[in-house]
Amino acid sequence: MVVVGAGPAGLCAALEAAQAGVRALVLDENERGGGQLHKQIHRFFGSRHHGAGKRGFEIARELMEDCARAGVEVRLSSAVLGCFRTGELLVDGPQGVYVLRPRATVIATGASEKSFPFPGWTLPGVMGAGAAQTLVNLHGVLPGRRVLMVGAGNVGLIVAYQLLQAGAEVVGVVEAEGEVSGYEVHLQRVRREGVPVYLRHRLLAAEGGEGVEAALVESLDDGGVKRFRVDALCLAVGLAPQAELAAMRGCRISYAGELGGFLPWHDRDMRTSAPGVYVAGDAAGVEEASVAMDEGRLAAVSAAEDLGVLDAAEAAAIKSALLARLEGLRGGPSARSKRAAKARLCSG
Amino acid sequence: MVAGEEVTIFVDGRRVTARAGEPVAAALYAAGIRTTRFSRRRGEARGPFCMVGRCTECVMTVDGVENVRTCTTPVRDGMRVETPGGRRHGPSGA
Ligand SMILES: Cc1cc2nc3c(=O)[nH]c(=O)nc-3n(C[C@H](O)[C@H](O)[C@H](O)COP(=O)(O)OP(=O)(O)OC[C@H]3O[C@@H](n4cnc5c(N)ncnc54)[C@H](O)[C@@H]3O)c2cc1C
Ligand code: FES
Repeated sequence: MVVVGAGPAGLCAALEAAQAGVRALVLDENERGGGQLHKQIHRFFGSRHHGAGKRGFEIARELMEDCARAGVEVRLSSAVLGCFRTGELLVDGPQGVYVLRPRATVIATGASEKSFPFPGWTLPGVMGAGAAQTLVNLHGVLPGRRVLMVGAGNVGLIVAYQLLQAGAEVVGVVEAEGEVSGYEVHLQRVRREGVPVYLRHRLLAAEGGEGVEAALVESLDDGGVKRFRVDALCLAVGLAPQAELAAMRGCRISYAGELGGFLPWHDRDMRTSAPGVYVAGDAAGVEEASVAMDEGRLAAVSAAEDLGVLDAAEAAAIKSALLARLEGLRGGPSARSKRAAKARLCSG
Repeated sequence: MVAGEEVTIFVDGRRVTARAGEPVAAALYAAGIRTTRFSRRRGEARGPFCMVGRCTECVMTVDGVENVRTCTTPVRDGMRVETPGGRRHGPSGA
């Protein structure tokens, strides 16, 4: 089995496969394993199965160590360039470009940051919130001294707080909706630091010569325009599943706005419409790391079953435990619309 | 989380101190340089946008090779980095 992506979904898929007796190889284009987790310095929620209370990069390190112990090979700096209809994968790794012919493929490629065009969006200093997080948490470099954050979801709030902790001034968080979609704890942390959260406001434009110098923000209620002097403007306007490889493979693609947009159709057990191809984690709909982990495990059990390594009864027993856990993870009020979207997708 | 030792790279001929292992784009940001290229048609300044190798806004000429994504390319001692389209506003880049 080949797993594309060494985030929580991919690593847990490989671990579960190894446990079932399937040889698993994980490929990731990054030079570090762990996917999104390795840039997270905050403590995670969830249960003990999902590393709750630990920081993201600690969970990433533990999963990588577990893989090494379980005999899972993880090839880093290895990008999967193509996934052909024949089932072959084209890999660009440190040794060059080569082809793999796996009997089962798990696509766990995660999500990419969304963006939107506005006047000035190409100015240096305008960037994704994830880019700012990479700079500050991974490389210890501030993206700017005065930052405006656009989007008050979890990513916007968490990155705003991390920028504050690193010594930047966050002049505000702008959110078009009338309420914050991120968790209350993250909102309170930002507010306690005195950062204003502008609800029902939208970004109009970025201004500057050879880099962003100001951001214009409009109130959706009275049309008033505020001008913020900034040297960094961060966009946290959502994530989209990375479904390119699945599309290339010929997997049926569906749409679910609540889960980030276009994504590979899959059944409850993470099988796509293409035989031998499974999907898990943010690539199967943007949710959370804990969900990604259990979806990865589920995908691996389905693959092991389809490969004949697990019999139907063994697979069913593991799956029902995992599905019950996923049900619990999606139980909260903020996950309700995602849970409904997932159910619609799997039945359609 | 960065522990790399100090190395020197040359950005349009100017010496910039960087830490081994960090991507070129991060070293440039740390040095106050956020423009990585000028767009071909209009000559507009562009800089790192995604930091994960997806958007290609950060491409520069590295050791003579054009269109290298600097956000996913680690620095090496003595590396020569050039701004495509030429650096016209002095080395501050801000
Ligand atoms: C700021 C922030 C805070 C978060 N906080 C929390 C939290 O508190 N709790 C929580 O549960 N979740 C949290 N999350 C969400 C969580 O990080 C993600 O849901 C989770 O990482 C998704 O896991 P994944 O394995 O699906 O994808 P990812 O972690 O994104 O991993 C995908 C991997 O695939 C690789 N890849 C992609 N394409 C290719 C290719 N073609 N070839 C090779 N490799 C490829 C990528 O390099 C990447 O390493 C947070 C996310 C962010 C951005
Ligand atoms: S910043 Fe997007 S590719 Fe480098």
